Amino acid sequence: MTTASIPVTSGGRRREPTRLRRLVQRNVTAYGFLCGALICFAFFSWYPMIREVILSFQKTNFVDPPKWVGLANFRTVVNDPAFGPAWVNTALFTVLALLCGYGVPFVTAIVLNELRHARAYLRFVVYLPVMLPPAVSVLLFQWFYNPDYGLFNQILGFVHLPGLQWLNSTSTALISLVIVSTWMNMGSGTLIYLAALQTIPSELYEAAELDGAGLFKRIRHVTIPQTRLILLVMLLLQIVATMQVFIEPYLLTGGGPENATVSVVYLMYQYAFNFGNLNAGNALGLMLMIVLMVFSAIYLRVSRDNTV
Amino acid sequence: MMKAQKLSILLVSGLTLAAAAACGSDDGGSGGSKTSAAPGGAAGPVSISINCEPPKTNKAQRATFEEDVAAFQKLNPNIKIEKVTDAFPCYDPKTFEPKLASGDLETVFYVNFPNVGRLIASGQAADITPYVNDLKTFADYNNEIDMFKKDGKVYGLPTDGYGMGLVYNKAVFTKAGLDPNNPPKTWAEVQAAAKKIAGLGQGYVGYGEYSGNNVGGWHFTASIYGRGGSVISDDGKKAAFNSPEGKAVLQNLQQMRWVDNSMGSQLYIEWPALMKAMAGGKMGMMLGAPDVLISLRNDFGGKFENYAITAQPEAKALFNGGAGYMINPKATPEQIKAGLKWIEYEFLTPGKGQLDYVRAKGQGLTVGQPYPDLYRPDTPSGQAVDQLRKDNANIDAGQFAGWVEGSKGIPPKAEPGPYAQEIYAILDTPMSAVLTRKDANVDQLLSDAEAKVNSLLASKG
Repeated sequence: MTTASIPVTSGGRRREPTRLRRLVQRNVTAYGFLCGALICFAFFSWYPMIREVILSFQKTNFVDPPKWVGLANFRTVVNDPAFGPAWVNTALFTVLALLCGYGVPFVTAIVLNELRHARAYLRFVVYLPVMLPPAVSVLLFQWFYNPDYGLFNQILGFVHLPGLQWLNSTSTALISLVIVSTWMNMGSGTLIYLAALQTIPSELYEAAELDGAGLFKRIRHVTIPQTRLILLVMLLLQIVATMQVFIEPYLLTGGGPENATVSVVYLMYQYAFNFGNLNAGNALGLMLMIVLMVFSAIYLRVSRDNTV
Repeated sequence: MMKAQKLSILLVSGLTLAAAAACGSDDGGSGGSKTSAAPGGAAGPVSISINCEPPKTNKAQRATFEEDVAAFQKLNPNIKIEKVTDAFPCYDPKTFEPKLASGDLETVFYVNFPNVGRLIASGQAADITPYVNDLKTFADYNNEIDMFKKDGKVYGLPTDGYGMGLVYNKAVFTKAGLDPNNPPKTWAEVQAAAKKIAGLGQGYVGYGEYSGNNVGGWHFTASIYGRGGSVISDDGKKAAFNSPEGKAVLQNLQQMRWVDNSMGSQLYIEWPALMKAMAGGKMGMMLGAPDVLISLRNDFGGKFENYAITAQPEAKALFNGGAGYMINPKATPEQIKAGLKWIEYEFLTPGKGQLDYVRAKGQGLTVGQPYPDLYRPDTPSGQAVDQLRKDNANIDAGQFAGWVEGSKGIPPKAEPGPYAQEIYAILDTPMSAVLTRKDANVDQLLSDAEAKVNSLLASKG
């Protein structure tokens, strides 16, 4: 670079351009690394999100120029008879998935952490379902849940209990999906909790034991406070993930029986791909995104206030 | 510090805009190469793309297709088929609009009947009216062509079509002490036969039916049409299934599922699920079109000789199933003409392409099934196809005879309008209710579904 290209100030001093040059030189590597991430985010996250917002206010057939239709797409999805059940089911699924999917991995991690033998083997066993493709796991459970010859009803029959209808009944279909979801996802949660547990200094447990604390008191007064941050983050991530439940109802129940398992994302899929109304699907997606954003903001605000 | 922030903002904005510009560009493609299309209607080389080549697993049919692509180009040196796609299923709603938006949709694309009305209504198929009279067999079409028409314009050509029937397993019938040559002709007979089959023991299902993912509503429609009812009113503005015919459909299923225990407890929520169960050899009957028999053999490993199809019991109208081809709405007039020439050569000309039964027989493909049923029987095309089929039949026509004879004179009935899929999704609910709840209130279910469909149709204007 030549100095001729650098503008000179009225006083003939070159302080500003030099500072800029230094700033760029000092950070050029960082900006270089940043570029990769920014390009990826721009293409695969921000652009689709912007397009989603735009499409949800338009009517397009991808042939003629799109028309702006105001809130018409939102009215379409709100008037859909499955709209109410979809939100109720999604909320219910999220609550149930939290009860199972949040508690079970944490307790499993504590148990694994307490074990002295076969810890690596059990860690592998717990993580194994995560390595299976979700479709395979779901098909496996399709057999487990079969009311005639499925594994679960065979086990119930073995202990002289009546079989259940599982996916075929409005009262058990949703909880059946929660069980599948928990089984498929608990491995990742367990490993994260286990990693967090292993960062707790053993002196704290020793001190607690010397003070006469039993297992439950140690968990309450040492484990939970020490892993609180990771628990809060995982809670948020889990709620955001379970609110987007799709693959389980799509593959196992088709939203039935009687809309008992139709979820918001499943309804989005129906609009976008089965009803040929991509714009209405986008409108529903935008609604879900806003709900999750508002929830996340409130959650982060509350948890920040409580952790400070 | 401020400068660094500004630089970052500039960088982010620039990248975002660049991404938006890159992704937002639309070449307006029609699947074929635009540069090679002759401008202004002048005769010259034109490129098109086609889809629905048989998959690699179906070697014999794929070979005939490839042979036809080469022969067609030799016959029409000005037409170049520059891209052939073999994605399965041939029409996939998940990829259709993205391909259309990105310019990747083929010039000539396959579409099944349930999606035809929607594509026409949304302007996603080219108007081919000015060109159809150039097709030699167009005048011979039976009324299936009506499905591809709207307001006097033509938007596509059917290449496959058939009415519904009752598919049954002859081996299971024999095992249950039923006469496989005298299948049920009434719903009461279906109930009785299903009960006997279920009585064979663990795993036997007398009658299978769909109940989710829109296929439940699809089969409700086939059933109510058979009983003489309708799903929507003639003007398409109101639901019409809350009727004695609709009630009979649900009550029949409720009776078989809960009183006779002849339907098993497995729910079938995807099209392949019931097909797999039927191919498994322990299911007695299901509603289906004649192509189900070939599909059970080719795609699901069923023992072909065990299956037969008879007329839908007590049928007053037959739900029209099938498929056809449409042209990319972004195609140039030359590409439309070239695309129609390909459809005519491959699917519509007796003795050529897929209607070349001499070649099909020689390659071990099934010949003799009574479809595609495209032309009126009194037309030259209809008679030619029929004769070629008879002369080269290599399967037992008796497996389809009950359907052919029993369906004669029964009028076909089309999908319930462009919002059929939305209506099917609503009708899934009463179907799944009667198959999962013993105490399901049929009147209430129909009334609830009627209100929902009325609300849907009102919102569509």
